[in-house]
Amino acid sequence: MVSVVTRVKQKQIAQLIEEDKRLDGRDLMDYRETKIEQGIIERAEGSARVLLGKTEVVVGVKIEMGEPFPDTPNEGVLTVNAELTPIASPAFEPGPPNEDSIELARIVDRGIRESKCIDTSKLVIEPGKKVFVVFVDIYVLNHDGNLIDASALAAVNALLNTKMSNYEIKEGEVKIKPGYEQLPMKKHPITVTTVKIGNKLLVDPSLEEEEVMDARISFAIDDDNNICAIQKGGSGYFEPQQVIEAAKIAQTKAKELRKKLNW
Amino acid sequence: MPILLEKRQLVTPGDLIAEGEYIAGENTFSEKGKIYAARVGIVEYETKKIDVVALKAFYVPRTGDIVIGTIIEVGFNGWTVDINSPYIALLRASDVLSRPFKPQKDDLPQVLDAGDLVVAKVVSYDRTHDPQLTVAEPGLGKITRGQIIKITPTKIPRVIGRKGSMISMIKQETGCNIILGLNGVVLITGKTLDDEQLATRALLKIEQESHTSGLTDRITQMLKEEKAKKEENKK
Amino acid sequence: MNDKPEKLIDKKGLRLDGRKPEDLRPVKLEVGVIPNADGSAYVEHGKNKILAAVYGPREVHPKHLSLQDRTVLKCRYHMAPFSVQERKSPAPSRREVELSKMIKESLEPAVFLEYYPRTMVDVFVEVLQADGGTRCASITAAALALADSGIPMRDLVVACAAGKVDDTIVLDLMDTEDKLGAADVPVALMPNLNAITLLQMDGILTHEEFESAVNMAMEGCRKIYAIQKEALKTKYVSISEENKEEAEE
Repeated sequence: MVSVVTRVKQKQIAQLIEEDKRLDGRDLMDYRETKIEQGIIERAEGSARVLLGKTEVVVGVKIEMGEPFPDTPNEGVLTVNAELTPIASPAFEPGPPNEDSIELARIVDRGIRESKCIDTSKLVIEPGKKVFVVFVDIYVLNHDGNLIDASALAAVNALLNTKMSNYEIKEGEVKIKPGYEQLPMKKHPITVTTVKIGNKLLVDPSLEEEEVMDARISFAIDDDNNICAIQKGGSGYFEPQQVIEAAKIAQTKAKELRKKLNW
Repeated sequence: MPILLEKRQLVTPGDLIAEGEYIAGENTFSEKGKIYAARVGIVEYETKKIDVVALKAFYVPRTGDIVIGTIIEVGFNGWTVDINSPYIALLRASDVLSRPFKPQKDDLPQVLDAGDLVVAKVVSYDRTHDPQLTVAEPGLGKITRGQIIKITPTKIPRVIGRKGSMISMIKQETGCNIILGLNGVVLITGKTLDDEQLATRALLKIEQESHTSGLTDRITQMLKEEKAKKEENKK
Repeated sequence: MNDKPEKLIDKKGLRLDGRKPEDLRPVKLEVGVIPNADGSAYVEHGKNKILAAVYGPREVHPKHLSLQDRTVLKCRYHMAPFSVQERKSPAPSRREVELSKMIKESLEPAVFLEYYPRTMVDVFVEVLQADGGTRCASITAAALALADSGIPMRDLVVACAAGKVDDTIVLDLMDTEDKLGAADVPVALMPNLNAITLLQMDGILTHEEFESAVNMAMEGCRKIYAIQKEALKTKYVSISEENKEEAEE
């Protein structure tokens, strides 16, 4: 994903950052305006749409029945996929998932999986044989930076919105009954991405900020303020104390958002 | 403010060599007043300038360098040449023919074909385009016979020796003509295959042991011993 | 199927393989093992056996990937089908794709990419045998292969993981500890610049535990760094030694 940010703009961003300011007027620790909608795709079992500034991500959840993994026979299966659709940016090309979309999917997956967000033990139909498989599909519709936080937020909202059909087992076959149950959830992880430009740290990078950044680091924080996933990205580096500081920033921002969302 | 390491000490990338008012020379870089090694090599310094003589490096073209290259492809109006560098060089037809190129009349593969060897000079090179070569000078042009060997370009100065002492000695002892391409490609032409192979062995030995001392003597000794053996076998 | 061990650390405080929490597995490094490559290295880290080879700088293929102002660094992390307990398909998995990107991003800060515009450097990592911590061992070997290839670097890159098993922060998790433990934190470091170029985590840790793990991992990195430097120097020192002996005869 390469697009050219002019030298002049790069300088502008760098100069502003030195004074703790950003191009769009935000403070270094401010997130852009965030809008969340749930249940926008009726055909999906669950769905959500997040607008983070101009970044737009839609997540759809589909539930199917399948076999559990051999080493976890009493747990349902979670699988996360991400599409950087060509609609979203001139830099995205059609085709099979590339390393960026695979990385995005796996980061969101880790946040959900490691925090034990979904109660997978309640997704068992027949132990060792049949379980519910939760497909989380991330669709990026407009890329203006920080796809990670937007996707993670949309994914958890979509899961909160997810309803599973009631069922019963008759004569060894699974039959759908009327009625629904919410997807059993235990935790609500929130992912916060911090970026390093010059020697300063800032949260929720816009697309232009991502293009001039040294590196980024994302932390997934659970309801008890624990860290459950971390991913550093970008061709630059962090000093050890910056990493520790970014972790604290993530915990603070996650707490703020958690309060707003009532999670 | 100190130079922290002794001369001829082996360093690896990132090793701190000196702090203070020094100049970062070959294969070093400076950051916040400190000079670090950028390649594996041996520390050398004269008063203020600190160099690392790299044990291994690839050839980056410089204008004026004499290089030996292999023709890769016959192109539209010239040739692309492999000069043992990350960059592929270009040789224009007009340069080789010493006159403007006439596409209807001139058959380029007849002049130089893929696989041919040339001794050339780099006439221009910068960060934005590939190096251009010329053969329009005396001593340059297509190579028709001899042995070609490749050695790490950083070792070429060692092969030359102080004021050319090492290379003159080898030429003398083996009776071979040796053209040293600064890109690490060397052409050896001798009277017999044995002579050429002897010179080859001497050069490869220098490449292997370039960072050690007493090398000139050892090479001289090796060449004398080999020649003595040959005389013995003749009898 | 193996029985899962109940405890990963026994009453004496020793781990499944007899190590103490702060012990590193044995590390062996060798440079210049693949003659055709421009640079190469082999690492044995615990039971991990990994080969890294570097080709380049060379012309960029395909041409449209070429960058006007710097080298393009590409990396491919791949596991051999026989490297793990259950045969793994040779086709690149999503994990291998992500790790290829992570390894590339951990090495880029160390290489002077701006020196050689319009060129490409390929880093290939093949895992011959895996036992937890392959991405760290891969980075350590790949950095050596890059230094061996003669491309200028700011520093070597070295990597090591720390984590949490049985409520204890431990260094250098092996496969079982990674699978059954509470958290795994791989870290890559440029030691002279004290710069972290890779940091990931999966599991659950408090902030304090996270800080301990990162510090422990960095200490492990510095221990391996000493072995890395020795490996680079060994290749050249042995030739001097031979000549000293010859001269003395």
